[in-house]
Amino acid sequence: MKKVILGDHAVSYGALLSRVQTIAAYPITPQTLIVERLSEMTANGELKAIFTKVESEHSAMASTIGSSASGARAFTATSAQGLALMHEMLHWAAGARLPIVMANVNRAMAPGWTIWTDQNDSLSARDVGWMQIYCQDNQEVLDSIILGYKVSEQVNLPTMVILDAFVLSHTAEGVDVPDIEDVDKFLPPYKPEIKMDINDPRSFGALTSPDVYMEFRYKMQQAMDKAKEVIVEEGKKFGDMFGRKYGLVEEYKTEDADTILIASATVASTAKAVIDEMREAGLKVGLLRIRVFRPFPTEEVIRVLNGRKKVVVIDRNISFGKTGIFFDEVKGAFYNSEGNKPPMFGYIAGLGGRDVTPKVIKEIMEDAIKKDKPESEILWKGVKL
Amino acid sequence: MKHDDKDIKIKGASDMPEMPASLGSMAHNKTASWRNLKPVIDESKCIKCFICWKFCPDAAIDFIDENTPPKINYDYCKGCGICAHECPVKCIEMVEEER
Repeated sequence: MKKVILGDHAVSYGALLSRVQTIAAYPITPQTLIVERLSEMTANGELKAIFTKVESEHSAMASTIGSSASGARAFTATSAQGLALMHEMLHWAAGARLPIVMANVNRAMAPGWTIWTDQNDSLSARDVGWMQIYCQDNQEVLDSIILGYKVSEQVNLPTMVILDAFVLSHTAEGVDVPDIEDVDKFLPPYKPEIKMDINDPRSFGALTSPDVYMEFRYKMQQAMDKAKEVIVEEGKKFGDMFGRKYGLVEEYKTEDADTILIASATVASTAKAVIDEMREAGLKVGLLRIRVFRPFPTEEVIRVLNGRKKVVVIDRNISFGKTGIFFDEVKGAFYNSEGNKPPMFGYIAGLGGRDVTPKVIKEIMEDAIKKDKPESEILWKGVKL
Repeated sequence: MKHDDKDIKIKGASDMPEMPASLGSMAHNKTASWRNLKPVIDESKCIKCFICWKFCPDAAIDFIDENTPPKINYDYCKGCGICAHECPVKCIEMVEEER
């Protein structure tokens, strides 16, 4: 059924349709609406789940890990400082190979105190072993929660579904909310191979000597590699059932493009309008939207960018002392590849929720098109200094 | 996957569980290797109060019987010194570890 819903409520519906069994959460703007709605859904019986109010995000993830380890389909959601507070537990969830799905509403990190969007919160959790999905609209948010469980439960790694603060979280859009019976056909109940069971006691996460620790890490990387295939397969199956197909990346008018723009999340959905406008003016431009950041779509990036004249990356994030993070990763993907490596322009824009409008994106594209190569590794867009 | 009290030796990928769970009994994980100071009980002074046995956070002091001084299990004792601190007659000395 089509509904007009906020991005946060798209998350709540995604969790409802996935029949999550436990939710442990601590409220933080702009995530609050997600867990408020889930608490209503559990209170009125619409969702048969245990809702646990916890005293911090560290506890939220700890509780979620416990319920997932005992065999429940477990869910939580957070944002920014909350994600940072649960950082230790993020490692624990991934290392214990638990298929938890969590929504993170991208909110910039304080100080200065802020509630508006950028990606530095989730990208600070880049190396914890979670898959990361950056969503471009509310529909993708809902679908990615369901897909998150489908993929996570096959590769035994957790998934972080990421949406921009306010631009999606508090913005109403038309969303097709599938029937739960149809979702049941796509997403069967979670049946873990090993779980905490008083009748079959085991140790979980116990001391692991140098003799075997490295092998567990090797297996996590193997699972990430496998996840690339599973994400594509399941995204296709989802498309067959619900009419919306998802992959690691999305190409928009790239076929004959000289200049490729790389963006993620809502900057990418906004950029499509700019690509259309520039195409109408006769410019051969296209967009590569990176949807899945972990596992990183190295092969797709090389395939799409190889031999183009220019590549423009817009980062709504920064790795202080280096560059924009997507820019750095895209460049890194190329180093050992064969073929023609186009010059890459790395722009930083929209930090702390400053709007990245079609005008901003168009100015960035025009700036890159008129230059032979970037004058520096970071090209700041709109800094008023 | 086995989860009895045996010391499981992982020979290859097929023996290896996905998650670090049930790698065999923790008894096989001898945790004393990072001890710097070692507690030594002077049995002639010991009054057999067993306060050290009660306080040991690693259960690394064994109770034999009421008439025998407790015995420190050096495979698991991490050398925290709580036993020496709590001993009412100060008959436990923390001595430099020799390797």
